[in-house]
Amino acid sequence: MSDSGEFEVSRRGLLGAGAASVAVTAVPVGAAAQAPAPVPATTKLGFVVNGKRRTLQVDTRTTLLDALRENLQLTGTKKGCDHGQCGACTVLVDGVRINSCLSLAVMHEGDKITTIEGLGQPDKLHPMQAAFIKHDGYQCGYCTPGQICSAVAVLGEIKAGVPSHVTADLTARPTASNDEMRERMSGNICRCGAYSNILEAMTDVAETVA
Amino acid sequence: MKFDTPAGRNPIDQLKVVGRPHDRIDGKLKTTGTAPYAYEQHDVVANQAYGYIVGAAIAKGRINAIDLAEAKAAPGVIAIVTADNAGKLIKGDFNTAMLLGGPEIQHYHQTVALVVAETFEQARAAAHLVRVDYARGKGRFDLAAELKVAPLTGGDSGEGSKAPPVDRVGDFEGAFASAPVTLDARYTTPDHSHAMMEPHASLAVWEGDKLTLWTSNQMIAWGKGDVAKTLGIPKDKVRLISPYIGGGFGGKLFVRTDAIMAALGAKAAGRPVKVTLQRPLMINNTTHRPATMQRIRIGATKAGKITAIAHESGSGDLPGGGPETAVSQTKLMYAGANRLTSMRLAVLDLPEGNAMRAPGEAPGLMALEIAMDEMAEKLGMDPVAFRIANDTQVDPEKPARRFSQRQLIKCLEMGADKFGWSARSATPGTRREGQWLIGLGVAAGFRNNLLMKSAARVGVDRKGIVTVTTDMTDIGTGSYTIIAQTAAEMMGVTLDQVVVKLGDSDSPASAGSGGQWGANNSTAGVYAACVKLRDLIAQKLGYNAADVAFADGKVGSGNRSIALGEAVGDAGLTVEDAIEYGDLGKKYQQSTFAGHFVEVAVNAYTGETRIRRMLAVCAAGRILNPKSARSQVIGAMTMGAGAALMEELAVDKRFGFFVNHDLASYEVPVHADIPHQEVIFLDEVDPISSPMKAKGVGELGLCGVGAAIANAIYNATGVRVRDYPITLDKHLDKLPVMT
Amino acid sequence: MKPFTYQRAKTPAEAATAAARTPNAKFIAGGTNLLDLMKLQIEAPAHLIDVNALKLDKIEDSNDGGLRIGALVTNTNLAADARVRRDYGVLSRAIVAGASGQLRNKATTAGNLLQRTRCPYFYDTNQPCNKRQPGTGCSAIGGYSRQLAVIGTSDACIATYPGDMAVALRLLDATVQTVNPEGVARTIPIADFHRLPGNTPHIDTVLQRGELITAVTLPKPLGGTHIYRKVRDRASYAFALVSVAAVVQPDGTGRVAVGGIAPKPWRVEAADADLPRGAKAVTAKLLAGARPTEDNAFKVTLVERTLGAVLAEAKG
Repeated sequence: MSDSGEFEVSRRGLLGAGAASVAVTAVPVGAAAQAPAPVPATTKLGFVVNGKRRTLQVDTRTTLLDALRENLQLTGTKKGCDHGQCGACTVLVDGVRINSCLSLAVMHEGDKITTIEGLGQPDKLHPMQAAFIKHDGYQCGYCTPGQICSAVAVLGEIKAGVPSHVTADLTARPTASNDEMRERMSGNICRCGAYSNILEAMTDVAETVA
Repeated sequence: MKFDTPAGRNPIDQLKVVGRPHDRIDGKLKTTGTAPYAYEQHDVVANQAYGYIVGAAIAKGRINAIDLAEAKAAPGVIAIVTADNAGKLIKGDFNTAMLLGGPEIQHYHQTVALVVAETFEQARAAAHLVRVDYARGKGRFDLAAELKVAPLTGGDSGEGSKAPPVDRVGDFEGAFASAPVTLDARYTTPDHSHAMMEPHASLAVWEGDKLTLWTSNQMIAWGKGDVAKTLGIPKDKVRLISPYIGGGFGGKLFVRTDAIMAALGAKAAGRPVKVTLQRPLMINNTTHRPATMQRIRIGATKAGKITAIAHESGSGDLPGGGPETAVSQTKLMYAGANRLTSMRLAVLDLPEGNAMRAPGEAPGLMALEIAMDEMAEKLGMDPVAFRIANDTQVDPEKPARRFSQRQLIKCLEMGADKFGWSARSATPGTRREGQWLIGLGVAAGFRNNLLMKSAARVGVDRKGIVTVTTDMTDIGTGSYTIIAQTAAEMMGVTLDQVVVKLGDSDSPASAGSGGQWGANNSTAGVYAACVKLRDLIAQKLGYNAADVAFADGKVGSGNRSIALGEAVGDAGLTVEDAIEYGDLGKKYQQSTFAGHFVEVAVNAYTGETRIRRMLAVCAAGRILNPKSARSQVIGAMTMGAGAALMEELAVDKRFGFFVNHDLASYEVPVHADIPHQEVIFLDEVDPISSPMKAKGVGELGLCGVGAAIANAIYNATGVRVRDYPITLDKHLDKLPVMT
Repeated sequence: MKPFTYQRAKTPAEAATAAARTPNAKFIAGGTNLLDLMKLQIEAPAHLIDVNALKLDKIEDSNDGGLRIGALVTNTNLAADARVRRDYGVLSRAIVAGASGQLRNKATTAGNLLQRTRCPYFYDTNQPCNKRQPGTGCSAIGGYSRQLAVIGTSDACIATYPGDMAVALRLLDATVQTVNPEGVARTIPIADFHRLPGNTPHIDTVLQRGELITAVTLPKPLGGTHIYRKVRDRASYAFALVSVAAVVQPDGTGRVAVGGIAPKPWRVEAADADLPRGAKAVTAKLLAGARPTEDNAFKVTLVERTLGAVLAEAKG
C-alpha cells in the first residue's frame, strides 16, 4: 500500500471516529429512498415434525428454528447464535442435518423434520442419547440436542461415503475413526468442552451399529 | 451447622453413593431437549411478548436524541423502553456499568433500548428502526498506552484470587541482583469472552408489584438483590428462577441487561416479556476477562532454588472496575525468601471487565508457568524437576500457615510417569514427524478453595422420598447429581429416591456457582440439613442419635429398624440448615493443584499448532462424582486450549470495541481441535475443607493448561512466544527453513 | 429482518423474470449467508424468490469431457460426487474444507459463489463500510485487519472473498452459466466472475440485475495430484487465513490458486510456470504488488510456506 493511499484512508476512518455527532441507525443509507416496507407477509405452511403433520400460519421471516421453538413450542432445538456459527439448532430435514436458524420455515413446505424430541424421549432414549448420558457427553446441556442430532447424522454420512476434510483417500470409503468424527462434528460448538466425551459416546454407538 | 474443626468420620465417608461415577440425574432431560431453559418457559405464563435489544453504536459519549416514531409505528410493536422512560435505575452492586445506557454511554453495545412486540420477527425489525443520534466522546481504549499512567491498585476477584497494590516479602531487588541465574520476561494475555452457548435470556412476569424472572443466572441470591436494587423495589418482591443454565463461566454471575430489560419491558407492555441478548451483542454488551500485560522476574541459585520472584501485572477496566488479579497465585505457588507482587489498573472505556472462569489464575498462570519453563531451561534443569525443587508446604509469605493439603509434587511426578515425559527432548525443535514438529510441555495448576455459607432444605415424605431444595444452580457442573448423591448417602436411600429442586430464589440461599466453590459448599449445606434431619428423625423415634444408622431406606439403631418413610410419618419431616465456616480457611491455606501435560504438533511450514495429547493430574480433595468432575476438568482444559491457541477479542483502538463479536470471528475450540483427554484424580480427602472433605475442580482444569501448551510449542519449535494466543503468525518467520 | 414477500419459482425463466420485475428482489437457495445477513439488515430484500424447485440439482457429463454442475447442487453432494472425487479432487477437498457439515448440506454451488465477505466491519452495521454503505469509508483500513486481503484491494476496501470452493473452481478454469430475465444465457469465466473492489466495493460480481446462475461447468480433467491446503487458527469450521489450491503434474508443472488473501480467488497464470522452481518464485509472481497491512503482513510469508507444504506433499 502506498504511503499516501494509506494516509488518505486512515484519515477517513479517523474522521468518522472523531466526528462530534454521528447519527447511527442500522438502516442502510439508500434504504430510506425505497418504497415503504410491506406489512409482514404471512403464509400457510404444512410440514411433518417428528412424525406429526403440522400446519402453521407463519411470518415469512420466521426461521425453521423459531417455528419449532416458538410456534410449535418444541424447545429442544436450541438457539445459540442464530447465525450458523454454533450448531445448537441442528435438526434433520428429510434425514439431512442442517442449521435450522439459517433456513426459513416457509421453505420447508412438505418436509419431514426430526428434532431431538423426535429422536427419543426420556422414557425411550435413542441409542445416541443413551450413549451421551453414559459417557457424560454434555455439561450445561444447551448444545447437546444439536450435538446429538449431528452425531446421528454424521454416522449416516460416513456410512453413505460422504468425504470430509480429513478423509485421506477421496476415492475410498471413509470410516468412523476418531479423526473423521471430530472433523465432521466441528460445526457443533460445545463451550463446556465435552468434546472428548462426545467422541467416546459416538464411538460406542458406531461400534454397536457396525 | 458451624464447621470450625476438621471433619472426623461422618456418613459421607461410607462412599456408597458419593464418590461414585453416577450418570447425571438430569441427563435424560438434557439429552432429549426436555430440560427447559430461561427463554423456553412457554408453560409458566400465557401471552408472552418478545423483546429485542438495541445496543449503543459508540463506545463513549452521549445520546443527543432517540427517534422512536418509526419503530413505534412498526407492525406489532407494543412498547419501547429507553432511559427516557424507564424511570430511575440504580447500578447493581455487582455491575460496573449501567445495564441500560443513556443519555451517557459507557461502552459499545451498551443497551440503549428494548423494543417489545407481539412476535420476535416484529421486535427485531422494529429495533432496526430506532434512530439514535450520538455525541461521540473521547475514550481510552489502548491498554499499553494507559498502563503507562495507571496507578498501583489492589483487587479481589471475589473468587479467591486477590492481591494488594504491592506486596513485598524480604528484599526482592537485592536477591534478584545477586542471583546467579535470572529471568526477566514480559507476557501478554488478551481479552477473552465467556462465549457460553446459551445467550443471556430472561422471561419477566409482573403480578402487581411482584416480579418473577425466569433467567439464566449462576448466583440466584446475588441476582435477586441486584434486580431489586436496580429497579428500586424491595427484595421480597423479586423472585428469580433458574433451573437450567446453558453455561456461564462467570458471564452469568451477575444480573445482566436481559433480566432488567425484560422486567422493564414487561412493565411497559403490561404483559410477560422475554428477552434474549442476541449473539452479536453479547461480547461488547456483557463482561469479559480483561487483557493483561505481565512482567515476571525470577532469580535462582545454580542448583535451581528460587531466591527471588516478582510478578507484576497490568490490566484495564471501566471507571470503578477492578484489576485482573493475575499475580495472586504467585504469592503461594513456589518457595523463595524474597518476593514481590504488584498490580496496576488502567482506566479503559472498553466493555466491562469481570470474572471469567478462574479469574486471576487463568491469565496469571499462563505467564508464570511459561516463566518457570524458561527458568528451568536457563538452569539446565528438567521443568518438572525445577518445579518440584521449589515446592512449598507452607504459605511462603506466612510460613506458619500450612496448606491443608498440597500434593503438587505427586501431581507432577505421576503425570510425568503416565504421560511418558521421559521421551521429551530437552533440546527444542529436534523431534520431527514428516511436516510436523513435535513437542511436550508441562505446567503446574493452582486454584484456591473457597468456603462460602450455603443453605438447603431437606425433607422426607411418607414414601421415603428425599427432597432437597436450595437456590443452588447447575451450570453444567453436575450440581443436581452431586447434591442428590449427598442426600442419598446421608439419608441411606438410593439416588432415584432423591428429588433435587434448584435455582429458585424462594429456596434457601446456597453458595451458588462460581469460583469452583459450588460443589463443596452446596453439598456441605445439604450435609448440614441432612444431619439436622437425621437428628430430628432419631429424636422422633426415640433412637440414640449417636448410633443411629440410615441405610437401605431404613433407619436403624441397635436391633430396631424402621422404613424411612414410616419413620417420618404421614406428614413427613422437613428441615433447613446451612453450612457456615469458622476460621479454618484462615488457619490453613486451602488450595487445589494440578500437573498439566500436553503434546503438540506444529506444522514446520505453516506454523499451525494441533494438540495431540492432554493429561491433567489433579489433587482437589474428595471427588464427589468422578464422572462429572472429570467433565469439568476436560472442559476447562478445552477452554485453556482456546486461550493458548486462538481466543482473542480484537480491540479497535480507534472506535473502542471488540471487533470480532460473534462466534464465527471469536474462535473457540471445535471438536477437531481437541484430542482424547486424560484426567487422573489423586486419592485425597481434605477434612479441613468441609464435612464433604471435598474441594473444587471446575477451574483447576483451566489453570496452567495454557502454559503447558505454550511450553509444548516451544519444545516443538525452539521459538518462544510470550504473547497469547500463540497463533501461527507469532512464530511463522522464525520456524526452521524448509527445503 | 425487514418484511418481505416470498414466492417459489418453478423455472429459471420465471425466477429471472420475477427478479427483474420486483424491486429489491433476491434469489434464495440454501440461504446460509443471505439469511445471516438479512437478520443483521445488511441485506434487506423486499421480495425473495425461492429457486430450490428449479431442478438445477444435477451433475452431468458435458460434451467436452468435463462436468456441468447444476446451480442448486449442494456443497455436500458436489464434494461427494464420484466423478468429482476422482477427477477434480481439489474441488472436493476445497468444499469439505469450508464451513460445517450442516452448512454444506444446505449451501448450493451458485450460492457459495455469491457469499459475501466476512470482514468484521462489513458485519457491524454501526461501522462505516464502503461495501455495505457506499461512500461511508472503510473502517477496516487502520482497524483490525488480520483476516483481510493483502492484494487486489483498493483504498475503498480491503475485504477478503471468504470462500473455498471458488478457489478450486478458479484453479480449474470453471465457467459460470447464467440466464437473464430476457432468457438470454451467458457464460462467464470464473476469473471474471468476482470483481476487484476499486471504487465500487459494494458490487461483488459481474452478475446483472435478475441474472440467475444456472450451472457451473468444469473443463475436462487435468490429471495430476490435487491438493487443497487450508490454513486457519482452529482446525475446522473457520475461514482461511490462507488456502492454496494446486494441481501438480508428475513433472512438477501445474497450476496454483490462493484463497483468503484477496477480494476474489487469486490466481496469476504467469506464476504457474514457476512451479518447478519452487514456492518462493511462484509467490513472488502471485503476490507482486501486494499491499498488506501491519496485521496481515504475515500472509505473504504464509502463502509461500503453505505453497511449500503443498509442493512437498505433491512430491510425496
